[in-house]
Formats: sequence, structure tokens, C-alpha cells
Amino acid sequence: MRKMKFSIYRYNPETDSKPYYKDYEVELEDQDTKLLIALMKIKDFYDDSLSFRRSCREGVCGSDAINVNGRNGLACLMNLEELKQPVILRPIPGLPIIRDLIVDMTQFFNQYNSIKPYVIDDRPMPERERLQSPEDRQELNGVIECILCACCSTACPSFWWNPDKFLGPAALLHAYRFIADTRDQATSLRLDELNDPYRLFRCHTIMNCADVCPKHLNPTRAIGKIKELMVSRAV
Amino acid sequence: MSIPIMKYDAVIVGGGGAGLRAALQLSEAGVKTVVLSKVFPTRSHTAAAQGGISASLGNVEDDNWHWHMYDTVKGSDWLGDQDAIEFMCAQAVDAVTELEHFGMPFDRLENGKIYQRPFGGHMSDFGKKPVRRACAVADRTGHAMLHALYQRNVKANTSFLVEWMALDLIRNENGDVLGVTAMEMETGDVFIIHAKAVLFATGGSGRIYQSSTNAFNNTGDGLGITLRAGLPVEDIEFWQFHPTGLSGSGILITEGVRGEGGYLLNCNGERFMERYAPIAKDLASRDVVSRAMQIEINEGRGCGANKDHVLLKLDHLGKDVIEQRLPGIREICLQFLGLDPTKDPIPIIPTCHYMMGGIPTNYKAEVIVPKGDDMEVKVEGFYAAGECACASVHGANRLGTNSLLDLVVFGKSAANSMIEYIKSHQVEHKDLPKDAAKFTLERLAKLNEANHGESLAEVRNEMQVIMQQHASVFRTQKTLEDGIKKLEQVAKKALNIYIKDKSKVFNTARVEALEFANSVEVAIATMVCAEARKESRGAHARVDYLERDDDKFMKHSLYYKDGRKVLYKDVHTKPLSVDYIEPAKRVY
Ligand SMILES: Cc1cc2nc3c(=O)[nH]c(=O)nc-3n(C[C@H](O)[C@H](O)[C@H](O)COP(=O)(O)OP(=O)(O)OC[C@H]3O[C@@H](n4cnc5c(N)ncnc54)[C@H](O)[C@@H]3O)c2cc1C
Ligand code: SF4
Ligand code: SF4
Ligand code: FES
Repeated sequence: MRKMKFSIYRYNPETDSKPYYKDYEVELEDQDTKLLIALMKIKDFYDDSLSFRRSCREGVCGSDAINVNGRNGLACLMNLEELKQPVILRPIPGLPIIRDLIVDMTQFFNQYNSIKPYVIDDRPMPERERLQSPEDRQELNGVIECILCACCSTACPSFWWNPDKFLGPAALLHAYRFIADTRDQATSLRLDELNDPYRLFRCHTIMNCADVCPKHLNPTRAIGKIKELMVSRAV
Repeated sequence: MSIPIMKYDAVIVGGGGAGLRAALQLSEAGVKTVVLSKVFPTRSHTAAAQGGISASLGNVEDDNWHWHMYDTVKGSDWLGDQDAIEFMCAQAVDAVTELEHFGMPFDRLENGKIYQRPFGGHMSDFGKKPVRRACAVADRTGHAMLHALYQRNVKANTSFLVEWMALDLIRNENGDVLGVTAMEMETGDVFIIHAKAVLFATGGSGRIYQSSTNAFNNTGDGLGITLRAGLPVEDIEFWQFHPTGLSGSGILITEGVRGEGGYLLNCNGERFMERYAPIAKDLASRDVVSRAMQIEINEGRGCGANKDHVLLKLDHLGKDVIEQRLPGIREICLQFLGLDPTKDPIPIIPTCHYMMGGIPTNYKAEVIVPKGDDMEVKVEGFYAAGECACASVHGANRLGTNSLLDLVVFGKSAANSMIEYIKSHQVEHKDLPKDAAKFTLERLAKLNEANHGESLAEVRNEMQVIMQQHASVFRTQKTLEDGIKKLEQVAKKALNIYIKDKSKVFNTARVEALEFANSVEVAIATMVCAEARKESRGAHARVDYLERDDDKFMKHSLYYKDGRKVLYKDVHTKPLSVDYIEPAKRVY
């Protein structure tokens, strides 16, 4: 058994005129290794009004992106023993706050939806599966694992300044996912739609996105590949 | 108080694999549809499915749906309905092909076809030897499937109400289903959703147990709502304990590990499954492997200081295979145990995983309940698909990879039934009863007005411990009777839950309290039906009734909340086109 200190951003629009930080000192068992478990203990035994999202507790649903000591990550994957105390928890930055650690993700999903996130292939479908070589399929590894947690986009300065115009790293990663899929027949349409001073080109390769991705994906690399394709198409 | 009413032709509760497959079909048919989900659709627990989706594509070796059907019937320990099983297995190839066409990024073989791996209980030639039938996207098949279905729904312009929680069914005096009451979490406001057809696709309830592979939001809402509305649930005593949950957290390690060649060891380093299942060995059906593990542990051959788990060895597969085919498993082990499975074996225990029972349906995903002498009468306007439904294709024990298949086959089937009902019958919205939201508002008022009472966390934990101790891998009359008594106490406390937070905006304490009201119903139903079934079949293993008793119990149970009544109805022994598969002893 041990104790840990947390300082957590609190805001309830019904009752609070402005946000504040609330301190908690929490008793934890040896097997409580992840931050999410500590948050759930606070909610269960100290303060049931603390609000945050969670579901899978294993890093696959993307619900619990939080800013922890200044860095975005998934609460369910963060090791408590690696965190400096008091652990300062804030909502992921740059999106409107609904309550406590819960942000409004509409903007983020709108950007995702806008890249036509589906394979476009209007050819008549064969009776069975379309064929794809293992090498072509390999191109999608490191891209399809994205869980849409928004850790990356909400760590990206370009996304903070232009959340409505710049697509942000997550949506761009997916734009690349469909360009890279040999089954997709709309590469040139996709490149046309990205060829805009904001949508793609606001990325200044600052790399925050790749640094924080809890699935170890690299949106910067995907963005680089899209830019390469644009250049090679131009010549 | 007047409650706002929203009108749709079809409402789907649940945005997991089953809900999204149905939504796509309905949207593409131009039916005015909305999907309600407690979480953003891609956050549904289908995302956690790892190992694969079954279909007799025969991409690697000879296979056909007749063998798949035989395995599923045998896996179900002859409790599955053979018409529904035929329906599912015969459509599997088309269903998986369709997923590929939707853009699902399956792993590929050298010849460009979909990659397939072996999985427990899937055999060739009517049970002769394991066959490669599981179509996989590494060990992230569910994630890839859920995202592909969501993406396709973006294309089809499906409407979603995200972070909305359905609370109760609305029925008229005929018993027809007319919609649901629901709460928008962001505002805390309650709405009536008035529809011609309602589909439940609310997923599993694994969180009624202490140790579970399920997400926190798998709380059995669909079943709780159904029971409160006076309708029964079917075969709820059958819970699958997955052999390989991580010791401690319960996080799943896919059976695909054994499909790729991993195997189990006891403390003597013995590959003990050879003793229990000489042919299929580590790829025997899940109930068989879980019981074998529990026996090894009970007889003192468990591993570790407390001899409380066994080991899953896979380092011999080599780093390449593990990194290519099981990358997620490696990541989970590193993350949650600090252990590298390319070097060391994984400590595992049988863990609550899957609910075979659910809302009773036929293979058209229409909800069917007893009425008078007829055991199977349609509840007009009500449909169910996915883990919350009991079609029943999994019977007493589900085969791995058959659930993802179930989601897409019955999700689509449900949508087709709804389209037919809405379109060809030209039904109008039926009139809502005057007090349609009364019951829901009373439940909410009670929660809001309480200024003292039971702690949600404590009572919930009590329920989970009771389920774990009284209704897990092995069961006896005494543990079950005691379990019922203890759960009755929990049920009383559940009526008096007190939450301190009474605010409206995104009140997750309230959401959890409402979820718990559902979980408790599922827990009691499980314990009562398990006590009543005095035989061993599939995942229901009674130490005091070791044999399967086809004369008395080759029957589906139907449980009602009112009076905790249990009825039985016959298993469908008549397939749609092929011959009946006669009951036989189940050996692997
Ligand atoms: C870890 C794990 C691995 C698995 N691996 C495999 C595998 O490899 N192969 C296989 O075939 N099967 C596998 N299974 C089983 C399979 O994944 C599940 O049975 C299946 O995904 C359930 O899908 P569903 O659509 O029924 O429900 P879910 O995907 O759980 O979705 C339920 C939906 O209902 C919504 N919902 C619930 N209640 C409400 C409410 N009151 N109001 C509004 N919305 C609500 C939720 O928000 C969610 O959107 C696995 C299961 C687990 C737990
Ligand atoms: S690399 Fe581009 S997308 Fe990533 S954080 Fe920097 S600016 Fe944003
Ligand atoms: S790229 Fe990584 S950080 Fe960004 S949304 Fe996807 S999983 Fe999250
Ligand atoms: S709870 Fe699902 S990613 Fe953390």
C-alpha cells in the first residue's frame, strides 16, 4: 500500500464560474499500476463527481486521452510509478471542455470524416475478396492501428491555432491510410483535396504528434509521404 | 413534465460491430435510422477482439460451411439452434467477403488472398483435425472490423447520437415495442425516441464478474432493460471463461497465440492439454481448456508462488512470427506485466469473457417470447443482434471467432427484417402510451432525491465477488443456492444506491448507477438459471451433475425478472436445408 498525490483540473459549467485544480491524496494497492486505476479509485472512494471517459482499460478504445504532467497520453497505459508528484491532470488541450477531463471531440471527428475515411473503389466487386499482396498490405501497418484518441492532434500547435482549417495529424494519418491502400482508386482526388495551404501544409514537422502517440504511430512520417506524392505528381 | 420526442423509422441501440452492420444496411436502404451509443462507435468493445473472424474460405486448406456448422453445433454442446447455426455458417464466406469489400485490411497470404489461422474447436472433415478458418488482421481483428464498419457508415451518412444512453423500452398495451427512453450524457436531458422498429445491439455484460476480459462499459444494459420491460432472457447461465486472461488484470491474450502454435504448461513444465484432449490438445474448445486449467490449479500443479495460474509458452514461435502475427499481444505483455513473450511464458488464468445467453431471437433477429402455449411469438417492433442476443448460435459454449461472424451476419439479418417490416407492411408509428417515460423518470428521480444510501462502488464490488466465487468455471448446488441468497441482499441494496453528485452535465456517477441497475439483473438471472440447470453442458459445469442430460435439459432456459421465474423451450433441431446433427458425446 502506498499514497500518491494528484492535482486535477475541475470544471462543471453548471456550478463553477471558472475552472480550478483540486488536490487528492489516494491510497493505492501494489497491483494498482496504471493511472486509470487511480482515477477510478478517486471516483469510487473519494469524490464521485470527478468526470472522465474510459472503457477498455487496455489501450484499444481511445477513450481516456488526458494531459498528464504536461504530456498527452492514455490514462490506462500510463505507469503511476513513472509520474512525478503531485501528478497534474488536465483535459487534452485545444478542444472545448465539457466538464472536468472531458472535452468536446466534435472538431476532431469532423476533420476525420472530411478526408473521406473509407476505401473508394467503384469497380464491380469480384465474387470473393480482392487480392492484395502481403507487401502492399504491409504498407498499412503503422497506420491502421490508430484508435482515434486525439493525443496527437491535441499536442499539435498547428491544430491548436487552426482546428477548423488544418486537418491535424490523426486525420492526415488516415488520409495516408487510404492513399496507401492499393485497393483505393481515388489517390488523385485525395491529393487534390489535400493540396491547400491549410489542410495539409500547416504541418511544420514539429513531431509532437509522433512523440505522444500511445500506439507508437508516426503521423509525421505519413504526412511526409503525402507531401512526397504531391511533389512527384507535380513533376 | 413533458419530455421531448424524437421520431425515427428505426433506432439501433449500440454502435459496436452488430449495431454498425445493421446501421449500414438500413442507411443504404434509405430507412430513417439513428444509432445510439454510450461511447463513440469505434470505442465499443468490438475494438478489443483480437484473434479473428471465422469463415470457411478454404484459402489455406480444404474447408466448407458444413464442417463449420458441425463444429459450431458440437461446440454448443447441442444447445445451439441448428437453423440459426446453418444460417450463420452458410453465410460466413459472403459476410467476410463483404467486409473485405468494405475496406477491412485483412492480413494476406502470398497469393493475395485473406490470411487464415487455426482456432479452438474449428476442425476439418467433421471434427478430424484443426483447420485454418479464422480470418485475421494480426491480433487486432475486431479493431480493424469496427473501424471499417464505422468508415462505411460515414460514407452512407448514418446518423448517430453519441454518448446517449438508452434507459427503458417503451411498449404499448399489446406489448409492441415503440421506442426507448434515453439520456443525453452531455446535458443530462431525457428524451423519448419513438420508432417503428427498435434493434438492441448493446453487447456483453462481462463486468458482472470480478475478473473479466470485458470493457468497463459492458454492463448488460440491453438485458437489464429487456427484463425490466417484462420480457425474458435466454440461456443466461452460460458464460464463457476464456482460458487465457492475464493473471491479475484479466486482459485477454488471444487464442490466436495457440492457433499460431503456442501451448500451455503446468508447474512441472508438462504440456497438460495432451492428457485432456489428445487430438485437438491446446486447440480444444474453450470450456474444455478452462476446466483442464482449473483442475491443474486445484490439484496443486499451478505455477508461481501461490500456484494460482498456468503458463502460456510462445517464445518457440520466434520473434518474427510474434512481431508479424501477434504484435498486440507482445505490447500488452510489455505494458501490463513488463514481460517479453518472445523470451518468457505468460501467466494466465480462466477469465470471464463472453455471454452465450441473451435476448431470445430467431435467425431473423426478431425477438421471440412465449405467449400462451406458443413458446415463440414475435414481439412486434423489437429486434436484437450481437452478444446481447441469443439466436441461439453459440448454445452452451461459443467457438472463438464465431462472435465477430455472429455480429455481421445477424446485424445484417436484423436490418433486413426491419426493412421488410417497415417497408412492405407500411407500418406507421404506433401511438405512444400517455405515460411513456414515467417509469424512467421515476427511476431517475429516486436516484436524484436520495440523500443517503449504499455506496455504488461497494455494492458493485460485492456483486462481482459473489459471481466470481459462486458461478464461475465449476458450480455446485450449495455454491449456487448461497449465491442466490447473497445476490438477493445485493439486489435490495441496489434499490438504495446513493450518489453524491446530482449535477446534470456529463454525470458519469449517474451513468454508472444506471448501468449497475442493469448488471444486477443479469447477475441474478445467471445465478438462478445456473441453480435450476442440474446437468453439465458446455460452459456450465456442475460438479454435482457431471453428465449432460439431454432428456431433461436439451432445452433453452427463459428467465423472467418477475418472480424470478424460469421456463424451458425446445432447441431447434431442424436445420434449414441439411440433415439434423444428432447429439453425440463431445470429445476433442
Ligand atoms: C477482449 C476480447 C476479445 C475478443 N476476441 C474475439 C475474436 O477474436 N473473435 C470473435 O469472434 N469474438 C471475439 N470476442 C467477442 C466479441 O468481440 C464480442 O462478442 C463482440 O465484439 C460484441 O459486439 P457487439 O456489437 O454485440 O457489442 P459491443 O461491441 O460491445 O458494442 C455494444 C454497443 O452498445 C452500446 N451500448 C450498450 N448499452 C447501451 C445503452 N444503454 N445505451 C446506448 N448504447 C449502449 C455501447 O456503447 C456499444 O456501442 C472478444 C471479446 C473480448 C472481450
Ligand atoms: S509534425 Fe505536423 S502534425 Fe505533427 S505535431 Fe508537428 S505540426 Fe502537428
Ligand atoms: S495517431 Fe496515435 S495519437 Fe493520434 S489519434 Fe491515432 S492513436 Fe491517437
Ligand atoms: S480506456 Fe480504452 S484506451 Fe484507455
